[in-house]
Amino acid sequence: MRIIVNGKRMIVRAHPMKRLLDVLREDCGLTGTKEGCGEGECGACTVLVDGLAVDSCLVPAAHAEGRKVMTIEGVSQTRTGKALQNAFVEHGGAQCGICTPGMILAAAPLKSGASLNDIKTALAGNLCRCTGYPAILRSVDAALNGPPRRSILAKAGKKKVRRAGAR
Amino acid sequence: VACAVGSNVRRKDGDAKVTGAAKYIDDLTFPGMLYGATIRSTFPRGPISARRISLAPDFVVADHRDIPGQNYVALIETDQPCLAVDDVRHVAEPILLVAHAEKQALLDVERHVSLDFSPAAPNYDPETSDFCFKRISIDKGDIDRGLRDSQVVIEGEYRTGHQEQLYIETNGVIAVPGDGEMTVYGSLQCPYYVHKALVVAMNLPPGRVRVIQTETGGGFGGKEEYPSMLACHAAILARKAGRPVKMIYDRVEDLIATTKRHPSIVRHRTGLTRDGRLTAMDIDVVMDGGAYATLSAVVLSRGVIHAAGPYRCDHVRIRGRAMMTNTPPNGAFRGFGAPQTQFAVEAHMDRIAEQLGIDPVRLREINALKPGDTTATGQSLGNDASALPVLREAVKRSDFKKKRRQLKGTNRGIGLSLFFHGSGFTGGGEVKLASTASLELTATGPRILVASTEIGQGTRTMHAQIVADALGIPFDAVEVGEVDTAFVPDSGPTVASRTCMIVGKLLERCARDMRKRLGTLTPAQYFRAHGSFTVTAQYEPPPGLQWDDDRYAGDAYGSYAWSCNVVELEVDPITFEVTPIRITAVAEIGKAIHPMMALGQIEGGTAQGMGYALTEEVVMQDGRMANAQLTNYIIPTPMDAAPIDVAILERPYAYGPFGAKGVGEMPIDGPAPAVINALRHCGYDVRSIPATPERLLASRT
Repeated sequence: MRIIVNGKRMIVRAHPMKRLLDVLREDCGLTGTKEGCGEGECGACTVLVDGLAVDSCLVPAAHAEGRKVMTIEGVSQTRTGKALQNAFVEHGGAQCGICTPGMILAAAPLKSGASLNDIKTALAGNLCRCTGYPAILRSVDAALNGPPRRSILAKAGKKKVRRAGAR
Repeated sequence: VACAVGSNVRRKDGDAKVTGAAKYIDDLTFPGMLYGATIRSTFPRGPISARRISLAPDFVVADHRDIPGQNYVALIETDQPCLAVDDVRHVAEPILLVAHAEKQALLDVERHVSLDFSPAAPNYDPETSDFCFKRISIDKGDIDRGLRDSQVVIEGEYRTGHQEQLYIETNGVIAVPGDGEMTVYGSLQCPYYVHKALVVAMNLPPGRVRVIQTETGGGFGGKEEYPSMLACHAAILARKAGRPVKMIYDRVEDLIATTKRHPSIVRHRTGLTRDGRLTAMDIDVVMDGGAYATLSAVVLSRGVIHAAGPYRCDHVRIRGRAMMTNTPPNGAFRGFGAPQTQFAVEAHMDRIAEQLGIDPVRLREINALKPGDTTATGQSLGNDASALPVLREAVKRSDFKKKRRQLKGTNRGIGLSLFFHGSGFTGGGEVKLASTASLELTATGPRILVASTEIGQGTRTMHAQIVADALGIPFDAVEVGEVDTAFVPDSGPTVASRTCMIVGKLLERCARDMRKRLGTLTPAQYFRAHGSFTVTAQYEPPPGLQWDDDRYAGDAYGSYAWSCNVVELEVDPITFEVTPIRITAVAEIGKAIHPMMALGQIEGGTAQGMGYALTEEVVMQDGRMANAQLTNYIIPTPMDAAPIDVAILERPYAYGPFGAKGVGEMPIDGPAPAVINALRHCGYDVRSIPATPERLLASRT
């Protein structure tokens, strides 16, 4: 099979029904794509196929024949991808990091100006157990729309550190 | 100039995680590596009457006879075998191990192995169980007198179910055999627990066993004790095959076989004066331990110590027991017994408020622990006891009193919970652990050597901040060594909200010792002149800390963190679905070393608590988890993320690093009772969680 992975033309010798996830991890050596559940529920294995976010654990490799696949290893090639990666570090969107590649890929097709609802919808198929999501929403918003500005996101995680008297 | 502590420095592991470069266990391979699988019991109890194996010779098969050492998973007790011998006590108990060079070859391996069982009658009810793993009694004052002095006695029974940790990275390890030695790489929280288990099961001297933590995709307690079992399995196969063996659970196996939060039944009988002052708290706690002891004794311990909540009461009697049942063993999960018992006491407090006709905030104000008050174990609290400040701040921020009036009689409700959480091991635990931490001066700067693991919570970054400021050098100049038992000392397990307060304090002491030795030189100048050196600090209890394990009395923890949650929610009157509208979380945690990561702990723990309250139901059928998939074990998704307003209050604890206490576990203690109290406010009398639509339908008042 011929697959364009992160802009590189690759010839993969694998069973056409092998999961795209396994082809990427085992045949292409790109282990940044993670498996969380193997049933399309958690989104940890999200990659872009021709620009659309898919769960690579549900996609047979044959489906990717001749298509462009983007993984976390290639996402920094786009401006949005790079901005997302930085924002996930800056705004606490990555804790244990196992869902992070999938989250970033799921957010990558979003455009500047995306609303909180757009962001939630884009990430609806991705599970995170560490953050409870506010920090991920803030990270994506910051990457797309610049430093936190809208009250709705500020409310989804406003924090004030206050000193409550001396010891 | 010291400035890393208290600022949101860039986390050490951030860039590797967002680029996909970070290596988790399944990302590693070794030359000649085999893949391992586990054959498990399909019956909950009884002898294994026959085993028939018809696998091709290129499979490696191991059973209990292949264990060179002792056949138990060394932790607290010695009751849990690595591999069952004659009997099983639960479904999914490991019996045989199989390895093969091709991962695919293992997919249908169960078709070639048949096990017969002679099923015996299982018991799934902890209250009728005839085997008790642990009993604990706490007595303060005289319960009979407290009840005699009361004007009102209010009783209640509260139940909680299993909860799955649901780290997104499943359990996994790789065992690499050597000549009379064994190295295990894995996704784990407690490298020295795994080390101890391997020494016992593999019959190797401690120096011939090495455990290395790989990047770990979440733990939440679920990788506290289970990796010891899995590491032994991989090591048994690797030894027999003479080749490295990788064992990664798929999601279904992880859900069916690994530990969950203990289900609980808590009964309260509470004496009060008519104006709402507590005179007696009589509390009975039952925890379902599952089939083997694992950590049940200590889960029960933290559970009973927190069972009276953050309240002052002179006469307290708490009876706790952890009972055996024929389900897979329950174990560590963030909160460790305290979410169960504080759910009960906080739901009970709102029933008390309702029956006495007192505002729930007022009832808590009357009874909340203040500095100088004593807890149920008789611990006198220091000036950082912050129940009232967190309560008042949360009530104010959420506009609780006004909303409580406005929403009455609608399908919206608002409820609160007040709770606390002890930091560090319980009672004499830290003294027994006697943890050590080291700081090494290298050519490239000071390097932290601890066994504390980074599991997402920010260990590496937070420890480096403490060291940087205590040494007076930039944050970026501090390195964090890999967690590898060949190089790092035993800093104890990464559990119990102890990684900052206890291990962080050891590192602060190391850094201050190193600073003294450096004198006026920078680390680089010193290294050039004198070469490398290492400083080590060992745990010493703060002065005056006393614990009596026989009477279960005294200073249960060095300090406590305090919190108040307010949850506003809406109930769909047709589907009984609950939608959280707004959450307020005020937490007093001592110094917030990294405010953004502390916020991440609070937001994330609160979300797990919302799942515990509303949707996360482990359905057990004949001792087996029936909904062992993410399709029907429902954790919160991005669509469920309700706006959450977090406020962090800082009352420094004198013996924590820069005044810090623990933060990791506490946030999961409060959401469930706040949700249940909000549901009570809109007319649903729910006394067990999760509050699924079915339970709500049955609980309309």
